[in-house]
Amino acid sequence: MGEEILRVEDLTKIYPGGVLANYNINFSVNKGEIHALVGENGAGKSTLMKMLYGIEEITSGKFYLYGKEVHFHSSKDAIAAGIGMVHQHMMLVPSLTVAENLVLGIEKKKGLFLDKKKAIEETEAISKKYNLYVEANKRVRDISIGMKQKLEILKTMYRGAKIIILDEPTAVLAPQETEELFEQLLNLKKEGYTILFISHKLQEVKYLCDRLTVLKDGRSIGTYNVADVTPEEISRLMVGRDVKLEYDKDEQEFGDRILTVDHLNYTDKFGTKKVDDLHFSLRAGEVLGIAGIEGNGQKEAMDILTGNLKAESGSILYRGKELTGMSITDNRKAGIAHVPEDRNLNGCAPEMSVRDNLIAASMDKFSSHSILNPAAIEDYCNTCVRDFRVKTAGLDTSIKSLSGGNVQKAIVAREFTAGADVIVLNQPTRGVDVGAMEFIHKKILEMRAEKKSLILVSADLAELRALSDRIIVFHKGKVAGVLDDISKVTEEELGLYMLGLKQDSDEKLKEA
Amino acid sequence: MKTAGKKKFEWYGIIRVTAAILISLFIAAAIIFVVADDPMTALYKFLLGPFSTKRNFFNVIETMIPLVFCGLAINVMHKSGLFSMAADSSFYFSGVVAASIAIACPMPNIVHQIVILAAAMAVGGLISVIPIFIKRKTGASEMVVSLMMNYIFFNFGYWLIRKNFLDPTNGSFSTPFQKTATLGKMIKGTNTHYGLLIMVAVVIFMWILMDKSKFGRELKLTGSNENFARYAGIKVTKVVFLSQLIGGMLAGLGGGVEMIGMYKKFQWITSVSYVWDGILINLLAGTRPLMIPVSAFFISYIRIGALVMSRGGDVDSEIVSIIQGIMILLIASERFLYQMKKRKEEREALQNQSLEAEGAN
Repeated sequence: MGEEILRVEDLTKIYPGGVLANYNINFSVNKGEIHALVGENGAGKSTLMKMLYGIEEITSGKFYLYGKEVHFHSSKDAIAAGIGMVHQHMMLVPSLTVAENLVLGIEKKKGLFLDKKKAIEETEAISKKYNLYVEANKRVRDISIGMKQKLEILKTMYRGAKIIILDEPTAVLAPQETEELFEQLLNLKKEGYTILFISHKLQEVKYLCDRLTVLKDGRSIGTYNVADVTPEEISRLMVGRDVKLEYDKDEQEFGDRILTVDHLNYTDKFGTKKVDDLHFSLRAGEVLGIAGIEGNGQKEAMDILTGNLKAESGSILYRGKELTGMSITDNRKAGIAHVPEDRNLNGCAPEMSVRDNLIAASMDKFSSHSILNPAAIEDYCNTCVRDFRVKTAGLDTSIKSLSGGNVQKAIVAREFTAGADVIVLNQPTRGVDVGAMEFIHKKILEMRAEKKSLILVSADLAELRALSDRIIVFHKGKVAGVLDDISKVTEEELGLYMLGLKQDSDEKLKEA
Repeated sequence: MKTAGKKKFEWYGIIRVTAAILISLFIAAAIIFVVADDPMTALYKFLLGPFSTKRNFFNVIETMIPLVFCGLAINVMHKSGLFSMAADSSFYFSGVVAASIAIACPMPNIVHQIVILAAAMAVGGLISVIPIFIKRKTGASEMVVSLMMNYIFFNFGYWLIRKNFLDPTNGSFSTPFQKTATLGKMIKGTNTHYGLLIMVAVVIFMWILMDKSKFGRELKLTGSNENFARYAGIKVTKVVFLSQLIGGMLAGLGGGVEMIGMYKKFQWITSVSYVWDGILINLLAGTRPLMIPVSAFFISYIRIGALVMSRGGDVDSEIVSIIQGIMILLIASERFLYQMKKRKEEREALQNQSLEAEGAN
């Protein structure tokens, strides 16, 4: 293994609003290794990487590259110093081609215009050189997530990166795509590239990495040789205790189908058919899990279901009532609550207080003659904070100063106490710490015990298996598979459905 | 812990506003020292002039009334997240409407004033919702549309007055209002009129509407994160529409009150603009309706102070514009005194984490 090329000493990051994201982080990376940064969601991995990549300002501490202290003012400086980063949510322009995306910003010009032929040639050359196959001519919106990721990696190398940071690259991939990615990463390692791999999936780290640094609560716990520690040991270092996603679920009699989606269609503004003749139904008292690779229509289907998006055609029957075309307000009144996918964009108003965020969806309940009743609001909010263990300095604190897990618990509190019979959960535990995740899971099962019907969309297959009574898999805007017996479902099987390699018969899908 | 957190935050806002005021006053003082022959007298008149006579002091009160109406209008309109400047159109054109009714429609006392003010409010409200309709249809920025609208309504309004009610002996003002069309003087020996009472009532109404009502909270949520407001089931379109309508009605009422409170005939021959004052007043008040009269009083005070200073002195009263400009600049800049807040936040964050660490051990 090579010499040390990157080292940080006592790195601290405090965000505006006084959020301490990193505290006295110490670690170093050697040339030519794959170094994992592991930690729970919210442990500060992404913040640390953003500082190394020059996107976030360093509050205090030192950062050495090749033995020399560096101060990055933007990602441009980091790129010039040979650091590249692949973000979790890819930074690509969907309407441009693969080749155009690759050369974006540093493109070779022919007169005033981009030399398209040259760009395609270069893309093909670099793609071949590193054995990362991409289709240079295709528009980015038409290629798979796996190919987008390869494109992102090529982009960093095209810009001369020697150290590549990958921020949870496997979160959006099917198991089979993950394997392919790992092979390519090991190849790059052979070529002398250094890779910083952020993950909280320990099997992946064990398989891929040479050394790992554990982060917990924004602090570095230590660096270890992967060969010397077992996944159980790493897990204990990360969380401080053992986690297992196994819950006791009571056997439950399911009621009638209270919600039926039929022949639903939706096409997005790029003309991509996101929801294609979709059919499924929800029974009273069940947790219906929805699996699928991101972008296969789950988000759109849930947005249509909750009134946030208008369907082109099709019907959603809820207790014999047609939901399509109803406003969100009416939808909520009918008894459908919604925990949206992106909590900062749609789930809360970050600048506003915990109190205002808790009452946002049910202000009618707390007002008479349009005047708010402060005592009732206070009572309700205190109950929410207590029952859902929202850690906050007070109800007047702006919600953005809470940790991700606590923001999510507050959102879940608001939606679960809204008196709805159907609750749509879209990625309810994305980006939250394990404690909050377990707590939210417990609450989901409590709602199930109260005979509420829940739809759970999640990219975390373990979560789906632990909570769902039934799982349906989305592929290209349709349901590709229905899995009734959860105890027999494996992640590999789900992966086959997710990739479209396996498809249930039409008869079976009609029963979904 | 809860109260402590709240207090700290408010202190930061108060310190910032105070610092902005002091810096701008200091710069004004420096200018006075440079240009005035007798700077000490000039400065004395500027700072204490409003208290020198009863008339001067009540000048402050009269000047403050339209400022409060426009401050409240900007408060409700801008809280929606739309930066419409249509309050100026509403204010001016409602003044035109008020003057027209005051001249052309004889009515009994009291009824006349009520009709005038009701019409002013209605017209003000109608005008202020125009930008959101244009924005919805064409996607044009509400700020650009409303600024352009201000020219249209000023020229159109003054044209209407000239065409219909021009006093030929004067050549630019209108013929006088009917005797019944005046709000009447409240305090003898001053120009302070009963519009002051209307202003107080409106402040209380807006305080309840913005801080205590469901509508106020929905508006705040919409302005803070429109996507989330929509997800939470708030009827965003309706809330935004109402905020512009109410803001326009307030500005319109302000225009009507000013017209029949302060004048005996239509005299607004140049455009009357309060929208920038309204923005500054709303900022100084920390966007809280109950603080708007306080900040309007302050702006009015320095304005009258500058007037007193300019009378018989050699410093122009326009110096107020410099002061206002600097204040808007400082308060609107997020980074002004940000270091103070940042250092404090960092210190607290580190303290919290060491407390947590101790707790864990």
